Amino acid sequence: MFTRYTAALAALLFVSAAPFAQAADKPTDPQIAHIAYTAGVLDIEAAKQAIKTSKNKEVVAFAKDMERDHEAVNKQALDLVKKLKVKPEDNATSQALTKAAEEEHAKLAKLKGAAFDKAYIENEVAYHKQVNGALETLLIPSASNAELKSLLETGLKIFQGHEQHAEHVAGMLK
Amino acid sequence: MKAGALIHLPWVAALTLMAAPAAAATIEVTIDKLVFSPATVEAKVGDTIEWVNMDVFAHTATVKGGWEVMIPPKKSASLTLKAAGAVDYFCRFHPNMKGHVNVAP
Repeated sequence: MFTRYTAALAALLFVSAAPFAQAADKPTDPQIAHIAYTAGVLDIEAAKQAIKTSKNKEVVAFAKDMERDHEAVNKQALDLVKKLKVKPEDNATSQALTKAAEEEHAKLAKLKGAAFDKAYIENEVAYHKQVNGALETLLIPSASNAELKSLLETGLKIFQGHEQHAEHVAGMLK
Repeated sequence: MKAGALIHLPWVAALTLMAAPAAAATIEVTIDKLVFSPATVEAKVGDTIEWVNMDVFAHTATVKGGWEVMIPPKKSASLTLKAAGAVDYFCRFHPNMKGHVNVAP
């Protein structure tokens, strides 16, 4: 029992830490912009999958909220990088996030009904937790441009809201 | 100025003072970067709260088991308070956004 718990915890820690662990060096503003934008795009794609697959009213409503909010944040991010003349730069963290999201997408594609809903929402909780952790400890402290930092801080508040919203929906599915 | 008008002035002033507390007010709450401001509103039954959303995100002002106001991005929405009491409200889309209304009878 203890071994199983430890193994599960280790797996969880590995999953949540993996994409950002490679960014040991302080990311640059063009990299930070790329990571934040990619994190948003990936959640929009997950939302589209849920809207298409789920039959649960609450889950579909949640997914539509995610799609709408992340599109709004990313539009602001694009406007900002254009204004600052920053060219978002692909990097190991963005690639690791994308790879993890592709794997999750494939896993979810095999599920239907309540099993899909549960897996999608649980991943949304974990994903937002992971991105929020990265924003707080790595991306916001590393950002050098004040406007980029400010947008990331607003993003953090939005995503913390999403995390709580996802936890609420997860509670309703039980 | 005629003397008659002067005599009536205190009456007008008194009527205005008496009428003032009963008149319904509109109280503005701004939403900027996911913060309700002011976070606490003192109001009375019949007053209207108007939420002005500066964000590009849709928000709600939701009382658990009570009223809900949808506030679209960059728009305003209002609610006239019908019942006395103190209520906590939050945004259903971003439950970390919280506000409070004290409604006097």
